Amino acid sequence: MRAAVVLFPGSNSDVEMIRTLREVMGIPTDVVWHRDTALPPDTELVALPGGFSFGDYLRCGAIARTSPIIGAIRRHADRGGYVLGVCNGFQILTEVGLLPGALLRNEHLRFECRDIFLRTDAEGPFTERRGAVLRLPIAHAEGRYHTDPATLRRLEAEGRIAFRYAHADGLVNASANPNGSLDSIAGIYGGPARNILGLMPHPERMSERLHGGVDGKALFDTLLKTVAGSSNPSTEERRAQVAS
Amino acid sequence: MKATVYVRLKAEVLDPQGEAVRRALAHMGVDGVRGVRVGKLIELDIEAADVDAARAMLKRAADELLANPVMEDYEVVVGSSA
Repeated sequence: MRAAVVLFPGSNSDVEMIRTLREVMGIPTDVVWHRDTALPPDTELVALPGGFSFGDYLRCGAIARTSPIIGAIRRHADRGGYVLGVCNGFQILTEVGLLPGALLRNEHLRFECRDIFLRTDAEGPFTERRGAVLRLPIAHAEGRYHTDPATLRRLEAEGRIAFRYAHADGLVNASANPNGSLDSIAGIYGGPARNILGLMPHPERMSERLHGGVDGKALFDTLLKTVAGSSNPSTEERRAQVAS
Repeated sequence: MKATVYVRLKAEVLDPQGEAVRRALAHMGVDGVRGVRVGKLIELDIEAADVDAARAMLKRAADELLANPVMEDYEVVVGSSA
């Protein structure tokens, strides 16, 4: 397993992401600048960290879609490579079109910076068990997920709604929704093999005891298991799976 | 050539910023404001052979960057705005 963290001007959660991948998970991790045009060879996970890429000018993540590295990320994702977008990284993935929908200004206009609970609603490379509740921090002003009704139905039918904002017991309702997200959506899967995950909460900020919890580490643990459990398929084999 | 692109949140998309402005206007005593929507006005100074070429260029600019079709509509006006 090898990871690459992509830096944009204005990224600010890159240090946590790199530390979690390298120090906590022991995953060799490269740092890629947004003006690079290729990912290091053997990159299996591309992580887009949180922050305010390009100052959030125009729209969150909008300018980043024109960065030279995006083509390489798109090719990696299209052939089934893993992509994780957190917060601004999620916004960038929607702007690029790798994930459907958009993230709008929070309903109550506040920048929400606190721990919330998430219910896992889909299984995939990063999530093992539906119903599992995680406590993770959020820190965003534009996290209100929005999409059209047809896309929402498709996400639901295909089991691509990875996380919903919930109470500690897993109950999902409006009072547990910190930003007015459509259907309480906090994160979604995309890509040909659910290989792309975008979410607003920050798993990399809840990955060590010092953080007050390790619920975020579970996503990375599960990804490592997914990669190992598929009996270490080579990239070629995974491409074949995706194609079939 | 001058051009203006107006970007607006789609009608069905909640605009909490507009609502906050509406409430602020009410607090100021500006009565009679029933609704406010906040959008963007983008002014461009462009070189194009003619208006059709300008329109084609601005359509691409708006479709691919200036507006996000998931949440926004846009309108292009070629020529000097008011």
